[in-house]
Parts: sequence; C-alpha cells; structure tokens
Amino acid sequence: MGENTLLSVEDLVVKYFLRTSTCEAVNGISFTIDKGERVGLVGETGAGKTTTALSILDLVPNPPGRIVSGKIILNGEDVLAKSEAEVRKIRGNDVAMIFQDPMTSLNPVMTVGDQITEVVRLHNDVGRFEAMDKARDMLELVGIPGERYGEYPHQFSGGMKQRVLIAMALACNPKLLIADEPTSALDVTIQAQVLDLINGLREKLGMSLLLITHDLGVVAETCDRVMIMYAGSIVESGTIRAVYKNIKHPYTKGLFGSIPRLDIETERLDPIKGMMPDPSNLPEGCAFCERCPNAIEECKTKRPQLEDIGDGHMVACFNPLKEGA
Amino acid sequence: MENNNYMLSVRNLKKYFNTPGGKLHAVDDVTFDIPKGTTLGVVGESGCGKSTLGRTILHLHPKTSGQIIFDGRDISDVSKAELHELRKEMQIIFQDPFSSIDPRMSVKQLIAEPLKIYKLCKSKEEIEQKVKETMETVGLASRLADSYAHELDGGRRQRIGIGRAIILNPSFIVCDEPVSALDVSIQAQVLNLMMDLQEQRNLTYIFITHNLSVVKHISNDIMVMYLGTAVEKADSKELFKHQYHPYTKALISAIPRVDIDNKSERILIRGEITSPIEPPNACRFAPRCEYATERCHNEFPQLEEVEPGHFVACHRVRELNNL
Ligand SMILES: Nc1ncnc2c1ncn2[C@@H]1O[C@H](COP(=O)(O)OP(=O)(O)OP(=O)(O)O)[C@@H](O)[C@H]1O
Ligand SMILES: Nc1ncnc2c1ncn2[C@@H]1O[C@H](COP(=O)(O)OP(=O)(O)OP(=O)(O)O)[C@@H](O)[C@H]1O
Ligand SMILES: [Mg+2]
Ligand SMILES: [Mg+2]
Repeated sequence: MGENTLLSVEDLVVKYFLRTSTCEAVNGISFTIDKGERVGLVGETGAGKTTTALSILDLVPNPPGRIVSGKIILNGEDVLAKSEAEVRKIRGNDVAMIFQDPMTSLNPVMTVGDQITEVVRLHNDVGRFEAMDKARDMLELVGIPGERYGEYPHQFSGGMKQRVLIAMALACNPKLLIADEPTSALDVTIQAQVLDLINGLREKLGMSLLLITHDLGVVAETCDRVMIMYAGSIVESGTIRAVYKNIKHPYTKGLFGSIPRLDIETERLDPIKGMMPDPSNLPEGCAFCERCPNAIEECKTKRPQLEDIGDGHMVACFNPLKEGA
Repeated sequence: MENNNYMLSVRNLKKYFNTPGGKLHAVDDVTFDIPKGTTLGVVGESGCGKSTLGRTILHLHPKTSGQIIFDGRDISDVSKAELHELRKEMQIIFQDPFSSIDPRMSVKQLIAEPLKIYKLCKSKEEIEQKVKETMETVGLASRLADSYAHELDGGRRQRIGIGRAIILNPSFIVCDEPVSALDVSIQAQVLNLMMDLQEQRNLTYIFITHNLSVVKHISNDIMVMYLGTAVEKADSKELFKHQYHPYTKALISAIPRVDIDNKSERILIRGEITSPIEPPNACRFAPRCEYATERCHNEFPQLEEVEPGHFVACHRVRELNNL
C-alpha cells in the first residue's frame, strides 16, 4: 500500500441474508483511493455501489446485511477491527457521506439553516453565531440564497434539499467524501457549481472523492479514475482516458450506448438488452454473459478476474473488445 | 374560441406561496400551448418552479391567478366534483418511484387503485383483466403481480407509476422527472416505453427534467424556466442549435460530455442569486447576467417571438444575437 493511499478496500464481500435467499451484493472487490484522488463508481441499479460505499463506513444495515470478509483500511487503520465508538469518530471527522436518498435524510421539523449550523458546530470549534454565518455561506455556496435559512425542508424543491445535504457534508471538512448520486436531482448549471465546489475543497484540503453516479459525463468531468461495477464485481477500471478512449468490457460499451446523444439524432435509444441477473442467484460463469454480444464458451462456466492490460487499465473479461471497437 | 389542436393552453399562470419572508413567486406569469399528441419539455435550474408548474396545472396546488384551458375547455376554476372527473384525463408521474407509492400494497393493487377510486369497472374480473393488460403494456412480468414495490428495482417501480398513470386512459400526463432516479440503460427502456405509449394513444406530455439529453430526445418543444418565469421556448432541435437567452446558453454549455477530447467551454454563471421571495419586477436573471443593463434591472421582459416558433424573454435578445 502506497504512502499516498488514503483508502484501501481489499477483497470485500458483502451479503444480505434474506428469509428465503442470500443476496450476493458485493463479491470480492478491491480498490484504492489516493489522497486527493477522485474516483467514480458507475454501474446499473443493484450493482452494489451503495453497499460498497456503506461498507467503507461500516454502515451496512445488519441484519439483513453483513460484511462477510475483506478489509477496509482508511488512513492506515483497519476500520472493521474498530469499536463502534471509534468508527463513529471516523465517520464524523475523516469521512463524510452524502446519501443517495436526500428526501429522507433531512429533519422535517427543523429549519434547513439550523440543521447545517448543527453540523458546523459539531465539526468546528466555533460559537453559535459564527456557525450560523458559516451555515448561510454554505447555503450560498450551493446556490441557495442565505435568507432562506429559516425555511423547512418541505418548502424546498427536490434539488434544493439535495444541495442542503451537500452543504452539510462539506461543512465537516472531510478527508474523504463519499457522494452517492449527489447531483442526480440537479440541473447542469447547479451541478457544475456543486462539482466545482467539491473540486475546490479537494485542492484546498486535499480531500479525496468517491463519486457514485449513473452519469458517465459527470465522471468524465470530475474524476481522475473510474470503476465500472456489475453484479457486485468491478468489471473495468482505469484512468478516465484509458477507459473512455479504449473501452474493453462489453458492459461498459453498453452503458455508453444507452446515453441519448446531443450531437446526433437517434430515433430509439439502444439500451443493453435484458436485466442484470438476480444477485441472489448469480450464474456460475461471468454475470454479464447472458446479455453479452461478445460471449464465448468459457464465459458460461468461469468467472473472469480483473487483469491489468497496461497502464493500470483493468478488465475482467475473457473476450474483451478490440482496439478502437 | 380556443384553438382545437391544443391539448393544453396556459395563460399568465401564477403560483405564489406564503413564506415568513413574504410571497414566494414559484411560478410567475407563464404562458404556453401544447398541441395534442406532442411533448413539451420543461427544463431549468433546480428550484425554478418546474414541479410547481406541473402541479398547479393539475390543480394539486390552488393557483394564484391565470387561466388553464384543457382540450378547449376553461378549467381554471372547476368545482371539486368536476376536478374529480378531470383527473381521469390528466395524470402525473412523479420523480421518486419509491416515496410516491404505498409500500403496503402489491403491484397488482397499486395498478388497480385508480380503477377502484373511479369505480370504472363493473366486476372483479374486469379489474383483473385491465390490470393484466396494463402490466403487459408497461412491461411488468405477470409473476410480479403480488410483489411489493420495495422488492423491485427503481426501473420496475417507475413502470408501476406509469401503469397507474395510464390505466384510466388519460389524454395528458405531467411527467415530473420520471427517469432521473434511474441509471442510463433502464432510463432508456422507460423512455422508449413512454414514447411508444404516446404514439399508440396520442398522449400529450409535459416532461419535466434536468437531463438535457433526455429532454431533447423526447420533446417536440422545450421551455426553459428561470426563477418562476419562462425565458425561452422553441422547437427541441432548434433550441439545441440556437440558444438566444444568456441563461439557456449557460445551461447548454454546462452539459457534462463523455467525449473527453471535445470539451465545450462552460459558461459560468456568477453573481448574486435572486431570491424568489418578493422579487423585483425586472428580469430575474439580470443580477447574474453579464449583458444586463439598466433596463434589465427595472423592466420585466416579456416572451417575444424572435424567429418563427422561437420565443425569448430578454430585452437585448436582438442586439446580442444579431436578429
Ligand atoms: N437492506 C437491504 N436488504 C436486502 N437487500 C438489499 C438491501 N440493500 C441492498 N440490497 C440488495 O443488494 C444489491 C445491491 O444493492 P445496492 O443498493 O448496493 O445497489 P446500487 O448499485 O447502489 O443500486 P442503485 O443504483 O439502484 O442505487 C441489490 O440486489 C439490492 O436489492
Ligand atoms: N409547499 C411549498 N411551500 C413553500 N415554498 C415552496 C413549496 N413548494 C415549492 N416551494 C418553492 O417554490 C420554488 C419552486 O419549487 P419547485 O419544487 O417547483 O422547483 P423545481 O423547479 O421543481 O426544482 P427541482 O428541479 O429542484 O425539483 C422553490 O423556491 C421552492 O422552495
Ligand atoms: Mg445505490
Ligand atoms: Mg421538482
């Protein structure tokens, strides 16, 4: 593990034990995030992105979920070996998370401003009035007039609530920000503003970022590296340039094909056919095999492992796409 | 007499909310028409009033003032009973497929609910039959009939929402960010479904979204809103070719692109954010507009047709775009 590594996830396996089945949500994934590095995690619904993020903070709901095996090393310390109290401290101070579901994470009976002020006071040694000023600044930074400090969450639009949560996460000055679909309810100008804000903090504080999103464009503009996840496994990863300019995994290619394009007229979109297999009933071979136009015999019986094809570009596929495909 | 080709005409619609700081102008003097069987895309900054516009048209919020004409009939001030009947014709699909449906109901029950509310079927069998057909139409496998929504992924949940909206055979649907919570491949499947339904049933949509590539794909016309007002409206293809309002220009330039070698220059929006609470009677974008003059700060710009079918609300539109 390099000196510059902030987070290292090693062979993580997470399952949800349900009454009649076991959901294999995360199946032995490994990755690192360096200090100041921005990594995008992309994949279909149910791929295991949120579960991965929750694992880093030891927040997988138990029951029914459990981290079955693997290691999470944050800042040189083994998160999963720590007591509940110690982990809580890490959560507050080193790592901040913007949760996927903003609508349910705000307190409906407290003003938006007071909620931010509370977080500011928890993480900064400041008095009440200074904290309130800082909370107003944070609101303005995410594009909401400071005078709306005293309003309640139901008076805000969907995207405004999402921005309040972003403001709260950033008020903690974290070393690592885990953002689960942070801009999915925002228009592109506000999104750009929020992403610039996150970038600014990275430069100022050396903050690292794990950005979970469906939007390959956002990843291209915000991240240094990308990991593509499918059915609990990382199927392709590498620098943005390596992956975007030289797609190797047929699933990654399918993801790009599903995006409506602005530059060309398309009558019908061409999504990947079929559905991701049920994680409680994963096939023996490659999980993408059934939907894959490139599948060969081997794919039906063996699970491909991530392999480095040069320059840190990793692919898990027996029959990857050819150059320039 | 109103034009019969329009499914919906909205005239000078206003919706103000009371807040501790004063009246919040969520929708401020918005006017537009939607021809039958077409889609009007509505885009704009988060908090600019898109959802409020959709909800006010459907009378989910009482309007402050203005006129709503639906299929040639003025429905601005309908009675409760009339509204109940109208709801069959006008439906809404919400952004969050999870929080907008009752978790204790099965897929079958959820889709049948509107039928029961409107007592449209004579027998249990008829309801079952209709639900079965609708599930098929929206691509939900019949084996899922007894599942609960939380057991399904977002794409399937959104199909339930669509099923509930179309089972009464409405002619008009407000779609409030119906695909924003979905990943791209499932989003594409749902968009294809919605476009097929439109073609089969000659549906009219208002499609609210912040996703500009989606809106371009699905809309005939696009209306851009800024802080409660309509600032530009044009045919979808035209709008992506020529933007005349400074806000629209900034918006289009900010779309994140996957093509990492052809980045467009993003136009940054700077400056003070105007509060929607008791805003001055002036251009709402003026405080953040690099072209703003005296006049922009003192006079409200009306939407005017600067080219056939292309409407812009900007005092300087002609001079800045050489029109
Ligand atoms: N609390 C839970 N109980 C049971 N199963 C769960 C739970 N949370 C997640 N799962 C299952 O684990 C798998 C991975 O889910 P996860 O939420 O991590 O996916 P995701 O990639 O974040 O998807 P999305 O893009 O929809 O947010 C899914 O099959 C999901 O149904
Ligand atoms: N019930 C309410 N009471 C008071 N203010 C409200 C209420 N609902 C909405 N608003 C305000 O009206 C304005 C418009 O909100 P609306 O939800 O229509 O925005 P939107 O364009 O749909 O935004 P988003 O893209 O974030 O969903 C916002 O300033 C919001 O705070
Ligand atoms: Mg998730
Ligand atoms: Mg909205």
